[in-house]
Amino acid sequence: MLEIKNLTKYFGLKKAVNDVSFQVEKGEVLGFLGPNAAGKSTTMRMITGFIPPTSGTALIGGSDITVSPIEALTKIGYLPENAPVYPEMTVRSFLEFCAEIRGFSGSIKSKKVDETIEKCFLKDVTYQPASTLSKGFKQRVCFAQSILHDPEYLVLDEPTDGLDPNQKHEVRSMIREMGINKAIILSTHILEEVDAVCTRAIIIANGHIVANDTPDQLRARSGLHGAVRLIIQNADSENAKKHFSVVPGAKEIEIIEKNESRLTLRIFPESITVPLTDKVLKCASDNGYQVESIYTEQGRLDEVFRMITEVGEARSRLDRIVTH
Amino acid sequence: MPRTLRNTKIIMLRELTGYFGSPVAYVFIVIFLMLIGFFTFSISHFYEAGQADMRSHFEWYPWLFLFLIPSVAMRLWADEKRVGTIELIMTLPISLTEVILGKFLAAWLFIGIAQLLTFPLVLSTMYLGDPDFGMIFCAYVGSFLMGGAYLSVGSMTSAITRSQVVSFILAVVACLFLVLSGWPPVTEAFVDWAPTWLINLISSFSFMTHYQSIQRGVLDFRDIFYYLSFIFFMLYSNGVILLMRRA
Repeated sequence: MLEIKNLTKYFGLKKAVNDVSFQVEKGEVLGFLGPNAAGKSTTMRMITGFIPPTSGTALIGGSDITVSPIEALTKIGYLPENAPVYPEMTVRSFLEFCAEIRGFSGSIKSKKVDETIEKCFLKDVTYQPASTLSKGFKQRVCFAQSILHDPEYLVLDEPTDGLDPNQKHEVRSMIREMGINKAIILSTHILEEVDAVCTRAIIIANGHIVANDTPDQLRARSGLHGAVRLIIQNADSENAKKHFSVVPGAKEIEIIEKNESRLTLRIFPESITVPLTDKVLKCASDNGYQVESIYTEQGRLDEVFRMITEVGEARSRLDRIVTH
Repeated sequence: MPRTLRNTKIIMLRELTGYFGSPVAYVFIVIFLMLIGFFTFSISHFYEAGQADMRSHFEWYPWLFLFLIPSVAMRLWADEKRVGTIELIMTLPISLTEVILGKFLAAWLFIGIAQLLTFPLVLSTMYLGDPDFGMIFCAYVGSFLMGGAYLSVGSMTSAITRSQVVSFILAVVACLFLVLSGWPPVTEAFVDWAPTWLINLISSFSFMTHYQSIQRGVLDFRDIFYYLSFIFFMLYSNGVILLMRRA
């Protein structure tokens, strides 16, 4: 288990990370979300021991990173932000170097390196110096370094940054697969990534954790969650509004789009526990509307993200006022 | 302990292949050999002196090292910081001591290799006369130790900054001070008004003072101890600076 305990970091007088605590069990992929400069990278750097925390610590499978860093680091694979790689080294010699540091030698080392090269689709560039590689390849070389020793814990700072959509897909499915028996933390600002790979997400804003939930639960916080989106043909917006506002359980009707032949509207429920879809459908057929499509909105992560992080920013502004 | 040795060796070999995998190494070696040859033969008149010793060769090391070694050392840490690989190396399961030592030894060995390539001069001296090999050996050991001391200063200044230029200038200035403080023309200028004990104290910290006695063929334990403890102190500071500057 990866246990983060009350991590706090000051840079001078500025509090970059404020009392961050959470846990990641094996089998979990935790998405670490937040606006730029929210403290994501700083937190990850503290977890991996690159930056000493002002207070608090991280336990990696029981090993305290501030007390026995080497023991803790043997269990971790870390992909730093911007994926640094020694520019003059070839991909293969770089990975061999990392494997040696991880304690492999001889034929086991070669086997590990070969496997990783295969897994990360680096075959074509094996003997190329890193300085000649594109951003996407560098990213994958550094990612390869982090999984080479098959660590129990993975800390990945923006693992899909700079990859094209196909490579993103490959890396994500790899992470998802590894997440079955590893504990993984990955930071990202791409919300679709959270949906694609994460079993849980933490949103951090101004150094505070402002949300810690599954992607579905987070989406449920959206104002859109449970609303019914309906497209009908050849309808007049005023009449439709009138008709659907009497649907039992409907709170509010919003016209999203209107043109000659079709009308798109969204019906908000009074409470999300009462399903609205069948009632809306009944009302539509009662009034003789031709329904083109209907579905219940799940809510959108980006909306929730914006809502939560703005609250977080307001809170930290308040903190500043209180402390001054 | 075997683990420490192993890790230091891995880092050292990586650094060494890094030198020879880029033009840096070859440029350095060629320039070093050209300059030392020029000084030895054209300025110090190796042949005309008519002596079968290599004093005219070794007397140039303090001055040549002054510029050449900081240029090797400047990239040691500054480059890791610029490229960002410092984050990688410091989050691998390996201690800071092992990294500092591995990098330092690689650079030192590299300078040693460059020095060994001056061997034709030894052959010439042998051909021309009957040199004192003990003295030549001492001078090689002494200049190698002095090179290590220069290098440790450069490694330390390289940890301060991410700019190689700043690192280079800081190292040159620091080394210049350490050379001049024991160089007779400078110390003699102070003799008239500074107390002798002060001059002796300052010059006892100088590379020059210790180099000169070794160069004369006296391999004194105190001189070796001076260089090794100087290197140790500089590398220790190097570590402290790195730890302080990560946050």
